[in-house]
Amino acid sequence: MEEKKFEPKIAAFVCNWCTYTGADLAGTSRLKYAPNIKMIRVPCTGRIDPVFIIKAFEKGADGVLISGCHPNDCHYNTGNFHARRRWILFKELLSFMGIDSTRLHFSWVSASEGKKFVDVVTEVVEKVREQGRFEKYAKINEEFVIHE
Amino acid sequence: MNELREKAKELLQNGTVKVIIGYVEGTTPNRTKPFIARSVEDADKLVFNKFCVNNLAVYLTRKEFKQNGVVGIVAKGCDVKAIVQLIQENQVNKDDVYIIGMNCSGVVSDLGEEFNENTVAVKCLHCTVHTPHLHHTLLGTLEETPKHEDKNFALMQKIDSMTAEERFDFWEAEFEKCVKCYACRQACPMCYCEKCIADKSVPRWIESSAHKRGNFAWNMIRAFHLAGRCVGCNECERACPAEIPLSLLNRKMGMTAKKEFDYVAGMNLNTPTLVGTYDVNDREDFIK
Repeated sequence: MEEKKFEPKIAAFVCNWCTYTGADLAGTSRLKYAPNIKMIRVPCTGRIDPVFIIKAFEKGADGVLISGCHPNDCHYNTGNFHARRRWILFKELLSFMGIDSTRLHFSWVSASEGKKFVDVVTEVVEKVREQGRFEKYAKINEEFVIHE
Repeated sequence: MNELREKAKELLQNGTVKVIIGYVEGTTPNRTKPFIARSVEDADKLVFNKFCVNNLAVYLTRKEFKQNGVVGIVAKGCDVKAIVQLIQENQVNKDDVYIIGMNCSGVVSDLGEEFNENTVAVKCLHCTVHTPHLHHTLLGTLEETPKHEDKNFALMQKIDSMTAEERFDFWEAEFEKCVKCYACRQACPMCYCEKCIADKSVPRWIESSAHKRGNFAWNMIRAFHLAGRCVGCNECERACPAEIPLSLLNRKMGMTAKKEFDYVAGMNLNTPTLVGTYDVNDREDFIK
């Protein structure tokens, strides 16, 4: 019997105006992409607090994808610029703490880039699949018991 | 020390300041403790020596101080960095603080008995502000800072050379010790939020029990909230009862800010804060 392939769980935080709409376009264009992505729609990439990413790992994500409008295309003009600066710092911090760029992915996908969305998702899923389950964080999560 | 007392008396007498935050002798000769001088008699108790390691800027953002009008503060270079950062972030009004700057050639860490190359605090090794860069009065004299090997930096390089799994294990072992006392937050001059994210219960972003899961989230988020803001006074690490090397995280963020944006926290009153602004040319080679 063929061994079952590991299916990673990936949380995707996507901005409402570009990537979410881009994903929608991928859907209406009948393009196929991996079902491992769980999309969470936020108003803007600037809305993504790093605590969301940590929460995603706490809830069992093996990887996180963050995606929004291309620079200069932000619906709120500057949201993605602010976000980009934060990511530079946050990615460095997470890497220093043992969650490196194999599990944390960033992309710009506009509303018209349904195809790019599919490519990004495929690539991210493959990369995280290679890494396997995020055992270390999963272990911490499993040890965590809320005492009634 | 006399010149400090004289200056403090003068300021309190002529009404320039209402109170002065300073140091007084502690329970043993190698300790000092924070003290609020409210009168000329109080001013006589003030001291400044190699054991004045606390960062007193932490008091400036407290509500009870804001009612005081102009507050005098005895500050070393590193404390002045914190004050500048607070002014940049509009937490302290520039005109409401009178800085008694102290020339400082280093302080003693870990309750050492005397000041020498073994006891000088790590934060003093790379200090660029032995003479405070912002002050209303400048007191004290400078001598040479004794140096020792920067073990903290060596450890950081060691962590950098590890694999992601090893780094995770390292921090897991460190955070297992965390008891969630939040002493790091209380000692930090930059942690002034009236309601900390760790105290928010709906939704509960950060687990409040002292379990690794919440400890990871807490320490990660605190380090991130200090990114580009931490002035490197290392009070969090000093306050930590579990001896978690918190300064490594803050230093890493500080080095990233320097490398990526050529920004050093608390150095210039007139520059905008690092994460309060952006540049259209920020690096994005990591974004697909």
